[in-house]
Amino acid sequence: MRRFVLIAVPYAWLVALFLVPFLIVLKISLSDTALAIPPYVPKFEWAEGIMAFLRQLDFENFIFLTEDNLYWKAYLSSLQIATISTILTLMVGYPIAYGMARAPAEWRPTLMMLIILPFWTSFLIRVYAWMGILSQEGFLNQFLLWTGIINEPLTIINTNTAVYIGIVYTYLPFMILPIYAALDRMDGSLIEAAEDLGCSRLMAFWLVTIPLSKNGIIAGSFLVFIPALGEFVIPSLLGGSRTLMIGKVLWEEFFSNRDWPVASAVAVILLLILVVPIVLFQRNQQKQAEAES
Amino acid sequence: MMRLSWFNVVSLTLGFAFLYIPMIILVIYSFNAGKLVTVWSGFSTKWYGELTQNEAFLNAAWVTLKVAVVSSTFATVLGTMAAYVLVRAGRFTGRTLFSGMIYAPLVMPEVITGLSLLLLFIGIGLDRGIVTIVLAHTTFSMCYVSVVVSSRLVTFDQSLEEAALDLGCSPIEAFRLVTLPIIAPAVISGWLLAFTLSLDDLVIASFTSGPSATTLPIKIYSAVRLGVSPEINALSTIMIAIVTVGVISASLVSKRNLVRQKREMQAAERA
Amino acid sequence: MGPVLQSTEFAPWNDPTEKPLIRFRNVTKRFGDFVAINDLTLDIYEQEFFALLGPSGCGKTTLMRMLAGFETPSEGQIELSGQDIVPVPPNKRAVNMMFQSYALFPHLSIWDNIAFGLRRSPMSKPDIKARVEEMLKLTRLEKFAHRKPHQISGGQRQRVALARSLAKAPKLLLLDEPMGALDKKLRQETQFELMDIQEKTGTTFVIVTHDQEEAMTVASRVAVMDEGCLIQVSTPDRIYESPNSVYVADFIGDVNIIKGTAKAQGDDLYQVNWSDGMPPLNATSETDFSDGQTCHLAIRPEKVAISADKPDGADNAVQGKILDIAYLGNLSTYHVELTSGVIIKAQTSNTRRISRRSFTWEDPVWLSWTATAGVLLVN
Repeated sequence: MRRFVLIAVPYAWLVALFLVPFLIVLKISLSDTALAIPPYVPKFEWAEGIMAFLRQLDFENFIFLTEDNLYWKAYLSSLQIATISTILTLMVGYPIAYGMARAPAEWRPTLMMLIILPFWTSFLIRVYAWMGILSQEGFLNQFLLWTGIINEPLTIINTNTAVYIGIVYTYLPFMILPIYAALDRMDGSLIEAAEDLGCSRLMAFWLVTIPLSKNGIIAGSFLVFIPALGEFVIPSLLGGSRTLMIGKVLWEEFFSNRDWPVASAVAVILLLILVVPIVLFQRNQQKQAEAES
Repeated sequence: MMRLSWFNVVSLTLGFAFLYIPMIILVIYSFNAGKLVTVWSGFSTKWYGELTQNEAFLNAAWVTLKVAVVSSTFATVLGTMAAYVLVRAGRFTGRTLFSGMIYAPLVMPEVITGLSLLLLFIGIGLDRGIVTIVLAHTTFSMCYVSVVVSSRLVTFDQSLEEAALDLGCSPIEAFRLVTLPIIAPAVISGWLLAFTLSLDDLVIASFTSGPSATTLPIKIYSAVRLGVSPEINALSTIMIAIVTVGVISASLVSKRNLVRQKREMQAAERA
Repeated sequence: MGPVLQSTEFAPWNDPTEKPLIRFRNVTKRFGDFVAINDLTLDIYEQEFFALLGPSGCGKTTLMRMLAGFETPSEGQIELSGQDIVPVPPNKRAVNMMFQSYALFPHLSIWDNIAFGLRRSPMSKPDIKARVEEMLKLTRLEKFAHRKPHQISGGQRQRVALARSLAKAPKLLLLDEPMGALDKKLRQETQFELMDIQEKTGTTFVIVTHDQEEAMTVASRVAVMDEGCLIQVSTPDRIYESPNSVYVADFIGDVNIIKGTAKAQGDDLYQVNWSDGMPPLNATSETDFSDGQTCHLAIRPEKVAISADKPDGADNAVQGKILDIAYLGNLSTYHVELTSGVIIKAQTSNTRRISRRSFTWEDPVWLSWTATAGVLLVN
């Protein structure tokens, strides 16, 4: 009885506020635009039976998505931005994680705290901080003009470059922490053994350190890639009107165009795209857990 | 002992500079006398003063705080229950669905979570306001809490609970007297995580809030879209200061406890 | 009847009128397809110090956890003082357990740990205080009452765990590898302390261990287990001197096993043909063997004498050369290879500090033992 209550309460909550809403999205994405425009009266006629429900199905919204270039481009450009920024985050994050793992043991908790600290501060504020830096007359341009590297201020804000910088900056801890965890577990004598067996420093790094931190790299990459794909705040604040990301399209479809069925269809497809990396990520985590036990 | 090479030193220095310089600039310009956040025109705290006069911001901050306290408390209770179910309840029908629903919100794009909850609230005719934001925040942050708590429960020595049962506790007493005090640090950090997630959330709150309730992130977002302003810098500085003080003191306390415990253990073994 | 090796006053298991405290009746426990306990029947009597001994995975811990109430048998009954306890939850059983990890509550002081169980019972505050103080005294922990578990040493923690589980004066105390976490020296001290406490309190103790020396030291009776079955249940001396199988003989202490075929010579005496071209060995046996039946002669190394010349009038004497010598301080063990290739271990005690070691590697030697020195086993 107690066990039943313990399971039932969180279970019911999640079904009601996670699963059901998601099924509603699915249903609306398959319903007629005209019917669903606000003030929208949802009809949950589950009782009608499966056949009636299937007859009602309407893929119009999805067909609409395939016909309009905007959505194709948004999906592809989301994938592209997420991929490029994941690679950039890895390139920035790996040396930091590596440095942390090689730092003296008594520094490590402090370094760790310094990595986690930005994570606790507001995401919005961290993105906002870059708005002032990247703008036309912002700190970066002032600095570069002062050093004489450039003569004309660069246009960074409202471009994809700004979005890359924003994603790398905000998701960096997600990349560093799993890599650091993998490197920290590594036995230091392995490198010494590799060097003893004739490897140069660089070769030992390439042949021993990198393969042993592979799981951390994979985990970190997914942790950046998955949320970056559906990102809204960064493209909306740092990106320009030409920065297409699917999260932003969904938002605009919903709040500006008030086309709920299309917004729902966009959401469904975004999820379908996310399923692949999520499943891969899960499998990687599981494999790692099994290897450890 | 490995030593830091020059490469390590450079990458750590550049890395931490990259992480912290934007924040530092943000803080510095909050004390700028001028209206522009890019041109320094003298030290002033007038933006902080103006912030205290800004009724809309203060209202939003109050709403945000209320939502965060209530939703993180609910989320902690539900998330701890869920963690217990995941780690201890063994097999039951629908277990896969349950663990799926715990992990899915962690990777679900916020726009989708927000959209789906909004459609639900409209569907059942619930007026959007503080209640709907609390429901939404509780739902996604309980999943974070359950991940934090279950990772502690996994390493929890189950024989402690068995010992409590053996000594005459009912299962509920065993949880209250033994399990809960021991996992308390994880439960507290789960609450803190839920609290900051709620304070921080823009996207889900935008979908689920109504005209009657606006949260601080929504206010900041609409202000920021029009461009940078020193008032936002001042607000950000206050928020950064609170978080920094909180995180640093928490880590100092836990470090001190750890050191003390280690010393006591060494002393006990020597004796 | 075999020789009476030791006369014990305390032997309720030999008294048919004695009612056992614990009764396992045809208990089977399965975990999925795995059979942890296989149709096991066992009686344990009041005031016994009963040891369950066996390798890891033999089912001894499962047996104990069924007594505590953390596992339910798949089949069969478990009785405590004549009552079926299978449906009774752990918190309602007059059984307490000392956990292998000690399971001391890290957030409570030593005092509160010991009082924990008492507070769950309808006991008045002054009574609880008196009882806790009594337990602290019994385990010599008075000085540490207000410390937390991490502030005391491993040996002290072990005593806290014991005091906590004894505080409620259970009918039965279960001890799961109670000395597993202690170093060897401390373990030996603690073993005697444990026996002392058991005697003082008169509680029935059931101990699970994989350490045969520990089981032999503390227990009134030892049950040797393997793969969910009891192989032999007997007093330590009988387990050692009269094992009922090669498994038990081999598990407890060091032993030489010589395989051969039996041939009756009358009066419990048998000839064992064990190697072509070697004279047969003589051995007595309580169990009957038919002529030509395969048998195993088990002889403890300390019962094998080693000499340079062939001893006169020995029941059994074989010749070989020394392959290895293990000097253990108090004892020396010689590994002697016989001409047939069989290796036999012989042990001598080093009773003198300065003496010429009589044998060295490759020396030809004679090994001899009496007909009653070994045990003839079927398998």
